[in-house]
Amino acid sequence: MLRKKEKQIVAAFEHRAGDEIGEQETFGVLMRRMLRENKLAAVSLLVIILMFLCMALAPMLTSYGETDMDLLNRLQPPSGAHLLGTDEGGRDVLTRLLYGSRVSLMVGIVPTLLSMVLGALLGVVAGYRGGLTDTVIMRLADVVLAFPSMLLAMVIMYTLGGGLFNVFLTLTLMNWGSVARIARSETLRLKESEYVEAARSIGVSGWNIIRRHILPNCLPTLIVLFTLNVPAAILTESSLSFLGLGIQPPSASWGLMVNTGRQYLYNAPWLSFAPSAAIMVAVLSFNFLGDGLRDVLDPRQRKQ
Amino acid sequence: MKRLVQALLVLLLVSLLLFIMLRIVPGNPVAVLMGEHANQETIDRVTAELGLDQPIHVQFFRYLTGAVRGDFGTSYSLGKPVSQLIGSAFLNTLLLSLAAALFAWITGGICGVLAAIRKNSIADRLFMGFSLLGISMPVFMVAMILQYVFAYWLHWVPISGTADWRSFILPAIALGWNSAGSIARLIRSALLDILEDDYIDTARAKGLSKTSVLFRHALRNTMLPTVTMMALQFSALLSGAVITETIFSINGIGRLAVQAINARDVPLLQGTVLFSTALVILGNLIADLLYKVLDPRTRKEA
Repeated sequence: MLRKKEKQIVAAFEHRAGDEIGEQETFGVLMRRMLRENKLAAVSLLVIILMFLCMALAPMLTSYGETDMDLLNRLQPPSGAHLLGTDEGGRDVLTRLLYGSRVSLMVGIVPTLLSMVLGALLGVVAGYRGGLTDTVIMRLADVVLAFPSMLLAMVIMYTLGGGLFNVFLTLTLMNWGSVARIARSETLRLKESEYVEAARSIGVSGWNIIRRHILPNCLPTLIVLFTLNVPAAILTESSLSFLGLGIQPPSASWGLMVNTGRQYLYNAPWLSFAPSAAIMVAVLSFNFLGDGLRDVLDPRQRKQ
Repeated sequence: MKRLVQALLVLLLVSLLLFIMLRIVPGNPVAVLMGEHANQETIDRVTAELGLDQPIHVQFFRYLTGAVRGDFGTSYSLGKPVSQLIGSAFLNTLLLSLAAALFAWITGGICGVLAAIRKNSIADRLFMGFSLLGISMPVFMVAMILQYVFAYWLHWVPISGTADWRSFILPAIALGWNSAGSIARLIRSALLDILEDDYIDTARAKGLSKTSVLFRHALRNTMLPTVTMMALQFSALLSGAVITETIFSINGIGRLAVQAINARDVPLLQGTVLFSTALVILGNLIADLLYKVLDPRTRKEA
């Protein structure tokens, strides 16, 4: 029942189960090795850090305000004064881009984190308890995953209405299913391991086994999944906002900027292409970082 | 058989979830439908006519029995039966998805194979770069760049619409690029794996030509994951079609769903989403069956 991508991720980590405990390296050591050996992942991490710096320091990096109108300078092409030109209200596109990164990056991180927590808890409980709990939770996941993701997002946004908070909620409700599946199959595997058996035999309660033994061992899988789900969330939000169903003006996300810029595609293409490029860079960086993380956390793939 | 029952169960739950989600939208849909000047009496009468005064489980049962017979109700905004609207839109979406799948399969396949047999060459890097672009660019970005360059700038193809077959070229590429990228990457890594297998060495040692080894022995085994993945890509294609159809003004299912949302047209939205989801479930079912047919090992287990 697992999808291809999920299978790959699960398979990648099954190998670790057989590792001797002493041989496992700490996360910090693995990270350092990844940054040393995988230039692409290192650069991506740098780009991501830079993006977060831009996001935090936006007001200092530009002399224009986010909503400063300048109607005499509408739709100006890129120039020395406006590096990425101006939009239909004469606002500086670079400034809007910097402020828009706040929404777009938040949308990448917050709902992904929430869906990880929700999905991991539900998946682990389903796997550990089994029986009816398992059936109910996993059928629910099946249903959520059966929808074409964009249409499900559209329906939830329709029900809830637009706005940042509802985008968070929508993306969380959409993405917990695949996390739950992976967490469940990890749990099923760990449940049979000797140390869980040992913990159970000395009378450790179910909840404590989940908390102390199973969740920590799912963590590497979940970290990789997190890095790979962030770009997916950014893409979904941008598509929703592009359709006018996501973030509502006057706040700006990159997707919404593409949407408003689309009307001026032929006279002012930079309005749409600049935020599109920003989305692409963000998505690429997170994907490279995720691939890099998977490579170091999974010894079997490193061999190739 | 077990898979079929499971698929039907998921479909039933999908329709239930969809039904509930669309019923908890605040506001009376009839009041929205009738505009500001309708009096309470008319609103009540129409509410009763549409069956919206019934308890929700009765409404759901009615909807379900109708849907099984192909009756998804009547669109509020367009005044036509939803099934009829879906029917005419489906043809365009089908054409678009088929063209996109064809593009994805052919370019993805060729790029993947070439990249694998010339591993680490310039061609390999180039093709994999293109695949990565396809995977990381939002569909609307690809669509708008293609539209800008080839339709607006070079005038090679129409900007939008479905007037002749050439207007499907850009939407198909925009929609299929993402899948093409995934397929190319998948074929490349599968082929690289297989080329190191012992039976390939045997085939080579027998003195078979390079092409024979590649096509008769290696490529066949990459078909398995590829075919499954292509069927699973179907869901992604339908999601992407929403954006592609909007940008290129193609009257397909995705655009219909967007129109339904903008007109707050619940029956139309419900019908399009349910129909698309049913297609995806069917796609997954076919993928499962194909896998069993193509891989004798799973057949024995089952």
